[in-house]
Amino acid sequence: MQTTVETGPSPTGVGQPTPVVQMTGISIGFPGVKALDGVDLRLLPGEIHAVMGENGAGKSTLIKALTGVYSIDAGTITVDGTPHSFSGPFASQAAGISTVYQEVNLCTNLTVAENMMLGREPHRLGRIDTRRMNQRAREVLDRLGLDIDARSQLDEHPIAIQQLVAIARAVDIDARVLILDEPTSSLDADEVSRLFDVMRTLRADGVAILFVSHFLDQVFEISDRMTVLRNGRLVAEHLTADMTQLSLVQEMIGRELEVLDRIDRTPADPAAPEPAPLMTVLGLGRKGSLEATDLTLHDGEVVGVAGLLGSGRTELARLLYGADSADTGEVEVRSRRVRLKGPRAAIEHGIAFSSEDRRAEGIIGELSIADNMILAMQASRGWMRPVPQRTKDALVAKYIEALDIRPADPQAMMRNLSGGNQQKVLLARWLITEPELLILDEPTRGIDIGAKAQIQQLVAELARDGMSVVFISAELEEVLRLSDRVVVMRDRRKIAERDNVDLDVADVLQIIAGEASSPGPADAAGAVPHQEASRA
Amino acid sequence: MPDLRPLVRHQLMWPVLALVVLLVVNVVATPSFFSIRMQDGHLYGSLVDILRNGAPVLLVALGMTLVIATRGIDLSVGAIAAIAGAVACTSIAGSSQESATGTAIVAMSTALAVCVLLGLWNGFLVSVLGIQPIIATLVLMTAGRGLAMLVTDGQITTVNNPAFRRLGAGFVATLPVAIIVALVVLGITAVLTRRTALGMLIEAVGINPEAARLAGVRSRTIIWTVYVFAAFCAGIAGLMIASNTSAADANNAGLFIELDAILAVVIGGTSLAGGRFSLTGTLVGALFIQTLATTIPTIGIPAETNYLFKAVAVIVVCLLQSPQARAALAVNRRPAAAPVKAGVA
Repeated sequence: MQTTVETGPSPTGVGQPTPVVQMTGISIGFPGVKALDGVDLRLLPGEIHAVMGENGAGKSTLIKALTGVYSIDAGTITVDGTPHSFSGPFASQAAGISTVYQEVNLCTNLTVAENMMLGREPHRLGRIDTRRMNQRAREVLDRLGLDIDARSQLDEHPIAIQQLVAIARAVDIDARVLILDEPTSSLDADEVSRLFDVMRTLRADGVAILFVSHFLDQVFEISDRMTVLRNGRLVAEHLTADMTQLSLVQEMIGRELEVLDRIDRTPADPAAPEPAPLMTVLGLGRKGSLEATDLTLHDGEVVGVAGLLGSGRTELARLLYGADSADTGEVEVRSRRVRLKGPRAAIEHGIAFSSEDRRAEGIIGELSIADNMILAMQASRGWMRPVPQRTKDALVAKYIEALDIRPADPQAMMRNLSGGNQQKVLLARWLITEPELLILDEPTRGIDIGAKAQIQQLVAELARDGMSVVFISAELEEVLRLSDRVVVMRDRRKIAERDNVDLDVADVLQIIAGEASSPGPADAAGAVPHQEASRA
Repeated sequence: MPDLRPLVRHQLMWPVLALVVLLVVNVVATPSFFSIRMQDGHLYGSLVDILRNGAPVLLVALGMTLVIATRGIDLSVGAIAAIAGAVACTSIAGSSQESATGTAIVAMSTALAVCVLLGLWNGFLVSVLGIQPIIATLVLMTAGRGLAMLVTDGQITTVNNPAFRRLGAGFVATLPVAIIVALVVLGITAVLTRRTALGMLIEAVGINPEAARLAGVRSRTIIWTVYVFAAFCAGIAGLMIASNTSAADANNAGLFIELDAILAVVIGGTSLAGGRFSLTGTLVGALFIQTLATTIPTIGIPAETNYLFKAVAVIVVCLLQSPQARAALAVNRRPAAAPVKAGVA
């Protein structure tokens, strides 16, 4: 099945041209962390090269070495045979290397065109030539088949579109090397295939593309060659055609893949009497983000929320937690009417929420792992009653061990951790508060397969021990693997709710597509333009 | 050769070095600079003067440190200091027993209570109404001196009260009271922030307000608290200034002290972008500024150019602290000195 590697212009055989980029023996250390240790990487013109590895394997660090964000401690980087030591992103850009990072790094208060041309604005009489800038941006967007108004402000668009703008920006630099770090993690299937079309076009033009993704299917679909890293070291370089998913994963994590399937879900006995619910919401809604929604959550149950980006799945989670305040609806916790006016009220009622946006809404980057873990507990105790040092040390040590957090140093600074480890610290932050309801919005997004399996395992265990979990993910397989019940969202409303018995991905997709036998809303047709607008 | 790199990388390295350089300059210019003599049971000497005169700046800078750690700034502290002096002096002057100790205590308590109210006002504007701190406190910075003028009727109000005078000019156990008060407030601040969870929560709010909110941190209360604390500190500084001259000068008391305080905080290594703060750094910064002010006339530079030299010194210290500037220096000097990576991560 992996034999569909394109034979077109990609020079994957013998007699290949000289690499555009050759990195040899790259080492980089951070205080307490050896991020890269003697890693080699070569990029050939006209190929798509995947860099694979778990979280913390060094993929992002390797990229940042190539783009001049980090300076290297040892090793050499040559571009077109010329040794370079990049003193910063500009030097790297000048050498024809441009990058789109995992998290969108754009200025949301500027327009699409301004973002695309930032630092390279066309000038006229010493001032920025806005007309030419917009025109040029539109040309690039057209070339990528993106229907985005270049003059609109970036924060009017959802994250997926911002990501595409970031790619458009990188493409426009006339790069000879394009680095895409997790470009697909917030894109839906259509957007991914559009991105892949663009990548193929660029490859045909002779651009070397370095592609990092956690989606193995995507890697096998698009890449010609791959370099595998583990724990900051080089494992091997392969032609994609020589690899299978299983052999790749084995190289990446160095152990058997079985983990992902080992989660046993014990579905609730349908004959058992319905226990009293933990939380009941009736008509919960907020103008512009979620239409009135009913939901009942029980102890020891995982409720999966499925739906496309912008379907209202995140909005539902935020309203359940009180992160945004609801305009309508009633909430009962343990049969008592409550009002969730904010996170504090929710925490008092035993509700915890981990946001999909780790960087902006989760981590406190300049504080230590220990402080980050203890934050929610400390906040609910108030500043006058600090968590005793001994309790704190014990809790932090326990969760570092239990969740396998690396580095296992409580004083390590949060922002130096890889995404998966940051996610685990955030989970620990909430588990320490011993919640009754844990709301997880995309807890496994952008993290590697090993950490992902650990987090899934954890969710299953927590539910078995009686915790109620709301699990939101863009990956349907994951939702189905974990959930007892699945809620399907579309167009900012709940369109279906099913017990997870004999439910498969195709069923859910069908519900999302709106064709199924779901108790469909009468005005589903009327809602379609809404969805179009929100994703355009 | 011992490995000096941890020392060089320590965030207090450059401010401390700058302070040492200043002290050395002073010793060269005035060999008796370090001499401290005992007279009538009181300590006298240049170092004691620096500490005593620096006490108001240190006090204001302590409050400012916490405000800046929450991503804020408080421009109104100078005006609040003036109001504190005005309220205290007017209260004493209007009392029937002008020289009684009780009068001084009532006057100072009233003044500090007024300052707390002003701090509540600042905190309300910033944390409840969400006005940008620089604008919110600009209101009181400009209006505050007017308030102080109202209180004093536009006059320089002089008072004659020995108890009040002791705060700025008195001695306890050979040491000037001002120094003791400033150090006590420093100690209390350190205990409040580092022995409780206040410091960590302030830093969390300053680094990532939204993440802190979602984790249940009472950001609003914390931000409100630091503005009240800053106003309280400014109040004590204002009392000290008024006490030193036994007069309230609504126009000039605490003039530009907010700028000195901000400089002290920045020199001490607390970033204006909020987050991690260092009270020790602020202490070093305040001492640096006061020493500089003392040094300039000592080495024969006209005192009127004080601000110019202050500016130059501040630029140099800030450059030394900037990771980019240090990396550039390191590269130019010797390639072996690897650029500091922590700054760009």
